[in-house]
Amino acid sequence: MKTADGSGKTQVTQSLLYLDGVSVSFEGFKAINNLSLAIEPGEMRAIIGPNGAGKTTMMDIVTGKTRPDTGDVLFDSGTVDLTAEDETAIAGLGIGRKFQKPTVFEQHTVSDNILLALKGKRGPFSSLFGERNRIAAETINRVLETVRLTGWRDQKAGSLSHGQKQWLEIGMLLAQDPKLLLVDEPVAGMTDSETEETATLLKDINRSHTVVVVEHDMAFVRALGVKVTCLHEGSVLAEGSIDAVSSNPRVIEVYLGR
Amino acid sequence: MITARLLQQLDRTGWIFLALLGIALFYVPFANLALPETSPLYVPSYMVALLGKYLCFAILALSLDLVWGYCGILSLGHGAFFALGGYAMGMYLMRQIGARGVYANPILPDFMVFLNWKELPWFWHGFDMFWFAAVMVLLVPGLLAFVFGWFAFRSRVTGVYLSIITQAMTYALLLAFFRNDMGFGGNNGLTDFKDILGFQIQAQETRVALYMLTVLALGASFLFARIIVMSAFGKVMIAIRDAENRTRFLGYRVEHYKLAVFTVSAMMAGLAGALYVPQVGIINPSEFSPSNSIEAVVWVAVGGRGTLVGAALGAFTVNGMKTIFTTGALAPYWLFVLGSIFIAVTLVLPRGIVGSLQSIAWNKHPKTGAPVAGTHRVPGPAE
Repeated sequence: MKTADGSGKTQVTQSLLYLDGVSVSFEGFKAINNLSLAIEPGEMRAIIGPNGAGKTTMMDIVTGKTRPDTGDVLFDSGTVDLTAEDETAIAGLGIGRKFQKPTVFEQHTVSDNILLALKGKRGPFSSLFGERNRIAAETINRVLETVRLTGWRDQKAGSLSHGQKQWLEIGMLLAQDPKLLLVDEPVAGMTDSETEETATLLKDINRSHTVVVVEHDMAFVRALGVKVTCLHEGSVLAEGSIDAVSSNPRVIEVYLGR
Repeated sequence: MITARLLQQLDRTGWIFLALLGIALFYVPFANLALPETSPLYVPSYMVALLGKYLCFAILALSLDLVWGYCGILSLGHGAFFALGGYAMGMYLMRQIGARGVYANPILPDFMVFLNWKELPWFWHGFDMFWFAAVMVLLVPGLLAFVFGWFAFRSRVTGVYLSIITQAMTYALLLAFFRNDMGFGGNNGLTDFKDILGFQIQAQETRVALYMLTVLALGASFLFARIIVMSAFGKVMIAIRDAENRTRFLGYRVEHYKLAVFTVSAMMAGLAGALYVPQVGIINPSEFSPSNSIEAVVWVAVGGRGTLVGAALGAFTVNGMKTIFTTGALAPYWLFVLGSIFIAVTLVLPRGIVGSLQSIAWNKHPKTGAPVAGTHRVPGPAE
């Protein structure tokens, strides 16, 4: 881990996550174009935008899956340069991610999914004989209660419904206890009541964690009631309250329609 | 504490397997050495040798199941680790021959005298001591796997590409060991062994003792593998197999896990090879041949990958059939049979023998952590 400016004297930013002038292109297509974004500690931010606006690519950059061509990606008040770290190291720094398509370990039971996600040492030796073999059932149950999966703890995760998998993945994020949660389309494929519950769940999580949510469902974003950033063609189109953003004429033109 | 943990975690299949090994450990030596040849319960000596061979293959299958069945690393080069373990043991056995060789050279093995070599190559030193050879049996395959895995896993070589380079590795070793100036006896390999630890290798008592050691080694390898797969380490391995990227984003160093299990598995394969050589009396470069490694994959697939017991059972089943179909009138058809077995298992029993039995048991008793019918997702061979 390096300090971003090399000296550590001047602080670039107080933000938990700070992107400045980030660009990345794939074979000439600019997926992210001079994107700047700052997420403050304790904040919950909703990110909206049409398909291809660069929402998922942005998450890929933050989590180390994709390296930006130019620009700064800083974490934890600018102390860590995320572009220099790989996926594993970034997860270790405290950034958790839920994927767009729910990705859980289907052959493992629900409780083992949480067990693997729980915070703690992650080396081969510690998992062979170490503390991860002695995790108390209550610790796992507490997480499962939060995501309403207590009744399914001994089922294989592959047998859960789509919505439950989404929740299990959020539960795994909680178990990781990261500083920053990146949540990609948590309510895709959910019923209205599940969507409502998910909004409540994320608001609960936000009491102790910083959260970035990417979502298409405007009703859900409205229910979250947080600051909204609208991306378009790889950069920020509008930012502000949901009412301000959704009445922005450019946003209406490129995203909301009519 | 570890023993207690282990015994709790042995499932019914595991207990049955250990019980069978227990029977094999005591019954076969008794029936071979103590019963008269006329007894219907007599086990002939060739059968002891054959079973000993199968047991070695079962250890190899276990080691392959550990990397393939649990961690998704389809190694098509495990035969190389087996052969290296075998060569290490063979070198010890060669040094034991001493002056009893054809050329009666007290230091140099016959093939070196024949090649007109004046002194022992440096890598043959130490192999006159059993402990040294025993260490090398584990160390050499382990080291090769470590170096190979270090580069492959760090560069994130996975799936078919990894399988192909493991195949290339064993093929390269095959060609290298064929060369006379490698110093491993070239084409003929190492043979004509006389004794092991002072016991005559041809004596039936020694052969039975080797057989019993192999039974014990298979039991120990099984328990060892079982400890690994039942620990959190094993859960991480399965997580890597099913969703490698997810595991990485969860903060696990996937390459470290793969490297650890690949190395351990190679050492287990080396042990199998070391037990194999004194029982068959020869080790030559054909043990490196790619088809050997592929056959081992078939054993695991037939028995049921990701079940451990299945891997061992597959080694017995397929090799038993091989013995039947490569002797007598059926001999020309073995490869057709092997191919048909593999196709049949893939189509009818995609989870292998043990895997299929287990899922039937699950569906009968849906309380015990049952997966709902139809949700099994069997990873394809290359995943």
